[in-house]
Amino acid sequence: MPVVLEHLGKRFGDGAPVLDDVNATIGKGEFVALLGASGCGKSTLLNIIAGLEAPSSGALEVPSDGAAFMFQDAALFPWLTARENIELALKLRGVGKSERRIKAQELLELVHLGTAGDKRPHELSGGMRQRVSLARSLAQDRQLLLMDEPFAALDAITRDLLHDELERIWKETGRTIVFVTHNVREAVRLGQRVLLLSSRPGRVVQEWAVTEEHHTDAGLAGQLTGAITSRLREEIRRHAK
Amino acid sequence: MPSNPTPLAEAHPDAPDEGHRSVHAALTRSSSGREDLRELEAGLDSLQSDADRKHRIEWSRILLPVAALVVLVLIWQFYVSLGLKRRDLVPGPLDVLGQIGVLWGEGKLQEAVWTSLQRGLVGFLISVAIATPIGLLLAQVAPLRRAFGPLISGLQVLPSVAWVPAAIIWFGLTDATVYFVVFMGAIPSIINGLISGVDQIPPQYRRVGTVLGASRLQMALQVILPAALPGYLGGLKQGWAFSWRSLMAAEIIAVGGTIGFGLGSLLDQGRVLSDMTIVMSAILLILAVGILIELLVFGPIEKRLLRSRGLLAGSTR
Repeated sequence: MPVVLEHLGKRFGDGAPVLDDVNATIGKGEFVALLGASGCGKSTLLNIIAGLEAPSSGALEVPSDGAAFMFQDAALFPWLTARENIELALKLRGVGKSERRIKAQELLELVHLGTAGDKRPHELSGGMRQRVSLARSLAQDRQLLLMDEPFAALDAITRDLLHDELERIWKETGRTIVFVTHNVREAVRLGQRVLLLSSRPGRVVQEWAVTEEHHTDAGLAGQLTGAITSRLREEIRRHAK
Repeated sequence: MPSNPTPLAEAHPDAPDEGHRSVHAALTRSSSGREDLRELEAGLDSLQSDADRKHRIEWSRILLPVAALVVLVLIWQFYVSLGLKRRDLVPGPLDVLGQIGVLWGEGKLQEAVWTSLQRGLVGFLISVAIATPIGLLLAQVAPLRRAFGPLISGLQVLPSVAWVPAAIIWFGLTDATVYFVVFMGAIPSIINGLISGVDQIPPQYRRVGTVLGASRLQMALQVILPAALPGYLGGLKQGWAFSWRSLMAAEIIAVGGTIGFGLGSLLDQGRVLSDMTIVMSAILLILAVGILIELLVFGPIEKRLLRSRGLLAGSTR
């Protein structure tokens, strides 16, 4: 099991807990969508799994080599070209120079950007930037890939395409993916499993399995989306006082 | 690219999975197979990217400043020809031009410009070499910055001319005096520029560096320094301005001894001789050197840097 979370809690200073008693296990090669409204501590949870923050309580088990991380904004370095951004990830991993060149080109091809490698981030569209960012996180060569709302800022057309793209790459590379989102459709579209986090404090309140039929039958997917949405709204309503 | 009618919406006979052509985007798979996806993405990429723009010589960039200069000189000539002031107090453009010709003929102009420029550049380069490591250290080590930050900011506010009397007492009328004053002017502003450059790095960059597994040194060299470059360049520009100003101040005040003959010295000579044409010539030359350095050195570097990072769009540069 690459990721095991047991009674995980997090509070900043003396404030109310952001995460409280989070329990989850994520299997190798699994695609899990972590869904929740604003303020549910999704990003905090991801940071804890990535080792960027320490939990206040509880225990967690993560792969010893850490995790690759993809941010909401592409966070590419503007002084490097697309290719150089990917090569930097390889370089910091200790990959030799000639191998870097080959590997970076492979990754660019994988995200269908084989000819755009010498462009700077500002010359790329939002969707292209996120694909470079995806290639960079794949360059880290970690089994576990954490994604923090990576498509939230994209237009709907691009997002639909990137969903297909991400699913294809996930199948080709066999990564374990934890995908944080506040978009129910996105969670149903991508995940094999959807975990719903409550807000303030964040806690896993329910989970749904998404089968292959859901990924091809729009009617089934719509039903599941509806069910998850009403459960999510129930959670949100609790905070109306 | 309107001339390229890519058939984005057509069905592809070679695409597998012909079973469900109807697309329910957002809920289910919306493309049918790998080739279809590749083509859709290529179409979207070309729609969403800007076409490459060619860089042409922009004549307005050259002609407008020249026109502005001509207008100013004409106003100057017009004012002089009104005859409101004595000609030796307010010389006209032609008088000053004549004086510049005379100074050139005597070789004084070349000597003054060369002496000052050389001092200014050497003083500036040494300042950069001293200020850069100090700036990086202060930006990265919090206690050091808390301790020395206010002092460095204060030094930047203190006019470097204030150091001239002290420098003369310590070093006498030598080049050391001039360089000391230049250092006290340039070093604090370069340090401050670098620090503010580092401060303005988006925190996301450091997080990316951490996630990618950068060591402390790799972080400093591969992430922080390149990210801080625009701010650092701003600091260098200001550092040069401070070097040049401090140098002129030092040359005007400290004259004689083994101090060579610079533009400041020329200016002071004009004052002593009560020759307004020399004074005006010296002022114009000091200004001209400043403008040339900006146009030929800092301007192109800054423009290249900003363009490569996509920061030029919409600016009036």
